[in-house]
Amino acid sequence: MVALNQLIGVCLVYVSGLFLVAFLAERAALRGRGGWLLRSPLVYTLSLSIYCTAWTFYGAVGYAARSGMEFVTIYLGPSLVMIGWWWILRRLVRIGRSHRVTSVADLISARYGKSNVLAIMITVMAVVGVTPYIALQLQSVTLSLTIFASSDPATQGGTINTAQAAFWVAGGLALFSVLFGTRNLNAKERHHGVVIAVAVEAVVKLVALLAVGTFVVWGIGGGVTDTLARIDASSIGGWQAKDGRWSALIFLSAAAFLCLPRMFQVMVVENDDERHIQIASWAFPLYLMLMSLFVVPIAVTGLALMPADANPDLYVLSIPLTQGQNGLAMLAFLGGFSSATSMVIVATLALSTMMSNHIVMPIWLMLRGGGAQRSGDVRAVIIRARRLSILLIISLGYFYYRASGGSGALSEIGLISFGGVAQFLPALLGGIFWRGATRVGALWGLAIGFALWSFTMLLPSFGVDAALSQDVFDRGLLGFGILRPQALFGIEGMDATVHAVWWSLSLNTLAFVGISFFTFPHPLERLQGAQFVNVFDHSSGPAHGWTAATSGADDLMIMSQRILGAAEARAFFDRHARWQGRIGSLPSPTPGFVQALEREIAASVGAATANAMIGQIIGGQAVSVEDLLAVADESAQILEYSSQLEAKSRELTETAEELGHANQKLTQLSLQKDSFLSQISHELRTPMTSIRSFSQILRDTDGLTPQEKTRYASIIHTETIRLTRLLDDLLDLSVLENGQVSLNARVVSLHAVIDQAVTTSLAGSARAIAVHRDPAAEDVDLFTDGDRLAQVFINLVTNAIKYCDSAQPQLRISVTQTGSELRITFADNGSGIPADAQALVFEKFARLGNGGGDGAGLGLAICREIMTRLGGDIRYVTDADGTTFEVRLAATLVVDRGRSLLPA
Amino acid sequence: MSKTPLFLERKRYRMRRIVDAIRILPVVCAVLWIVIPLMWNTAQEGQAATSLSTALWYIFGIWSLAVAASFALWRRSKAGDEGTDTRADDASR
Repeated sequence: MVALNQLIGVCLVYVSGLFLVAFLAERAALRGRGGWLLRSPLVYTLSLSIYCTAWTFYGAVGYAARSGMEFVTIYLGPSLVMIGWWWILRRLVRIGRSHRVTSVADLISARYGKSNVLAIMITVMAVVGVTPYIALQLQSVTLSLTIFASSDPATQGGTINTAQAAFWVAGGLALFSVLFGTRNLNAKERHHGVVIAVAVEAVVKLVALLAVGTFVVWGIGGGVTDTLARIDASSIGGWQAKDGRWSALIFLSAAAFLCLPRMFQVMVVENDDERHIQIASWAFPLYLMLMSLFVVPIAVTGLALMPADANPDLYVLSIPLTQGQNGLAMLAFLGGFSSATSMVIVATLALSTMMSNHIVMPIWLMLRGGGAQRSGDVRAVIIRARRLSILLIISLGYFYYRASGGSGALSEIGLISFGGVAQFLPALLGGIFWRGATRVGALWGLAIGFALWSFTMLLPSFGVDAALSQDVFDRGLLGFGILRPQALFGIEGMDATVHAVWWSLSLNTLAFVGISFFTFPHPLERLQGAQFVNVFDHSSGPAHGWTAATSGADDLMIMSQRILGAAEARAFFDRHARWQGRIGSLPSPTPGFVQALEREIAASVGAATANAMIGQIIGGQAVSVEDLLAVADESAQILEYSSQLEAKSRELTETAEELGHANQKLTQLSLQKDSFLSQISHELRTPMTSIRSFSQILRDTDGLTPQEKTRYASIIHTETIRLTRLLDDLLDLSVLENGQVSLNARVVSLHAVIDQAVTTSLAGSARAIAVHRDPAAEDVDLFTDGDRLAQVFINLVTNAIKYCDSAQPQLRISVTQTGSELRITFADNGSGIPADAQALVFEKFARLGNGGGDGAGLGLAICREIMTRLGGDIRYVTDADGTTFEVRLAATLVVDRGRSLLPA
Repeated sequence: MSKTPLFLERKRYRMRRIVDAIRILPVVCAVLWIVIPLMWNTAQEGQAATSLSTALWYIFGIWSLAVAASFALWRRSKAGDEGTDTRADDASR
C-alpha cells in the first residue's frame, strides 16, 4: 500500500522537477539556445496533448465502463480536425501569425472590426464554459487522492477532507500558472517554460496509461486474444452507441478542439512554424490513438475485478492498487496529475490573457480617460491583471466543484464545457471563410447559442431544484411548455446532450447567418474580413487604416514604452527610423509605421485594445469604403500590372507596324514624286519644243508668206495656252492637296450649277453632244461651294464631249437622293473605259491610250481633290454601259452641318 | 503571372494531387468513422449486437490507416516541397 504522505512527497518532487525543466527551458530560450528542441515539431505535437486532461485520463475508462465504445468519439473529433488540417488549421495559424492574434476572443473580435464588445462576450463565455472543466480537474485529482487515502492506514477512517484537498490542489496549480504563465507579457512570444513542461507531462501521462494498459492486457488479461474474448463477454460487449450521440459527440469534440481557449493557445498562438501543423496532422492522431488504445481493456478488467460500487472513473488507479502494483499505481497517479496540471496551467494562461486584454485593459483605459500617453508602465498593470485573473478562474473552478458537490460522472461535466465553447464555432468559421459575416450577426449568434446552452446544459447540470426548479423541467420556463430545458419546442425523446448541442448550435448558426444577411458591416469590418478570408493572398496586410498622424511620434513612443518596455520600444522605433532613413531620430508616424506599431502592441494587449489605444493618440481611424476599394489584393494588382505591361507591349508592336507602314508610304511618295517630276518635265518639254522650233523658223527663215507666219505664230500661241493651262492645273492641284484652298460655301441650287457647267462646256466645244437632264430631280438646294462643284461638273461634261466615241454622242445627267446623300451621275453612250485603265483615271497625268486629247491628265485628279474638300467623293461606275461617273455629296441645307462637312 | 498555365510540369502536377489527397483524407475518415458505425446492430429485439471487439478492430484499424496515410502525405509533400513554391497554389485556391 502507498502511504498518502509518500504520494504527496512524490508529487512534490515531480512538480519541482517540472519547475526545474520549465526554468531551464526559459533560461535556454532567453540565451537563444536549445531552439532545436523548443521549436521542434515534436514539442508542438506534445503540447497539443493538453487536449487530454484528467477527464480523458480517468474519465475515458469510466465512460467506457458505462457506455462502451462511445468514449472514443471525443478522440475521433480532434483526429479528424488534425487530419483535415489543410481546411481549417492552416488558415487559423496563418491568420494568427499575420495578425499577431493572442486568443480565440482576439481572433474573433479582430475579424469583426476589432470589436471589444464581441471580445468581452467571448471572454465571459469562455470563462463560464471552462469553469466546469477546471472543476473537473480538481475533482479528478481529489478523487484519485481519496483512493490512496482509503487504502492508507495512516488516515483515520480511510477518508480525507476532499474540500481541503481540492483547495490545496487548486492553490498549487494557481502558483505554478502564475509563476510561469505571466513571465512575459507578449502573448505572441512563446511561453517556452510552460510549453516544455506541458510536453514533459504529455509524455508522462502517455507512458502511465500505456503502462497500466500493458499490465492489464498482458499482466492480468493473458494476451490480446484473451482480452478481446473477455471484452466481448463483458456487460459492455455489444455495440451500444446511440446513433444521435455517436455523430453529435464526434462533431462536438471536433468543434471544441478548435474553440477551446487552451487548444487555441497551444495550436495557434504558440505555433512557431506553420510546417509543424502538417507533422502534427499525423503525430497527434497517433498520440490520441495510443491514449485510447487500452481504455476498453482497462474498463472491462475493472468491471470484472472491482466491486460493483467502485467508481469506474478510477479504475486506472484502483486496478494496480488492488493487484499490489504500488509503483504502477504511483505512475498512474502521476499521469492523472500531469493531465490535470497541464490543462489547468494552459487554460488559465489563455483565459487570463483574454481577461486582461479584453476586460481589464479596456476598463482601465476608460477609467484613465485619455491617459494612454501619460507616463508609467502599463505592463505592471497587465501582469497584475493576468495574475488576478488566474486566481479568479481557479477559484471559480473550485467553487463550481464545491457547488456541484463533486458528484456526477467526469465525462458528462466535460461535455458541458465542450458545448459551451463550441458556440464560438459559427462565428469563428464564418469569420475565416465568409466575407459576408458581420459583427451584429456574430453577436446575436453567440448570444442565442450561449443562452440556449446555459438553459439546456449548464443550469440543469447543477441538478433539479438547484438552479432550475422541478417545475421548470416539467412545465417549461415561465410555464411555457415549449421552453422545457430538455425538450425545447415540445420535441421530446432526444438525448439531453444531443438535444442541447443541436438546438444551441443550430439556432446560433441560423441567427449568425440570417442576421449577417441583413446587416451591413462598417468599413473596418469589411477590411478585416477581406484580410482574414483571403489571408493566403496577402499575408503582409495592407498599410492602410490610419490616416497620416496628426500627433507626433513622441506620444506613440511614450505609450509604446509603457506596453512593450523601454528597451524593446526603443529598438522597435529605431528599427523603423532606420527603414525610413531617419537615423538618430524618431520615425515619422506614417500609416505603415502606425499599422506595424498597432500589431506589435496587439501582441501584448490584443487587437481591440491596441486599436483603441492608438486611436486615442492618433485621433480616430479613417477607413472609408473608398479605402477598402483601394485595398485591392496583391494578386489583383499584379494582374493589373501585368495586363498593363501586355497592353504596353501590344502598343509598341502596333507603333512599330505603323512606323513600317509610314516608311513604306514615304518610299512610295518619294517614288511618286520622282515620277511626277519626270512627267511634268515631259509635259512641259513637248510644248516647249514646238514653241522653240517655230519661233526659230520665224526668226531665221526669210521669205515666209504672211499665211505661214500667221500659222506658225498661232501654233506658238496654242502651245503657250496649253502650257499656261498645265501650270494653272498644277497650281490648282497643289493648292487643293495642301489643303490651303479656301472654300466659298453658300446655299446654291444644284440645277443652276449643272446649267452653268453644261453651258460653259458646250460653248467652247467643237463636237456636238446631246445632253439629257431631269430638271425636277435637280431641284435641290445645297450648302456648298458652287464654283468648285461647277468645276467638277465642267470637267466631266468636257470629258464626255472629248472622249465619247459614239457616232451620236449623248450625255445623261441624273440626280438621285437617298436620305441625306445626293448622287449625280454623268453617263455617256460611249464604249467606256477599259477595265485595266479604270483604276488609273483619277491619277495625275493618267491619260488613256486613245490619245487625241490635249489635256494634261490632271482634270480627274483635281475633281477628286475638290470632292474630298467638299465632303463628298467621285468614282467611276464600273457596271454601267458607256462611261459613267458618279458624284456623291451630302445633301444638306443646315448650315452648321454643312460647314462641318467642309474640312478646313 | 497573370495566367496560370493550363498544364503543369510534372513536379507541380504531383504537388497539386498530393494537396488534393490531403483535402480528401478527412472526408474519407469522417465517412468511415461517423457513417459506417451507424449501420451496426445494437442489442435490441433479440438480434445480437455487433461485438465490441469488431468495433475496436474497425475503429482502430481506420485510425492506424489514417495516421499512416497522413504520414505518407507529409513525406511526399515534404519531398516535393523542396524547390517548389506552393504559395501560388495557395493563392489560386
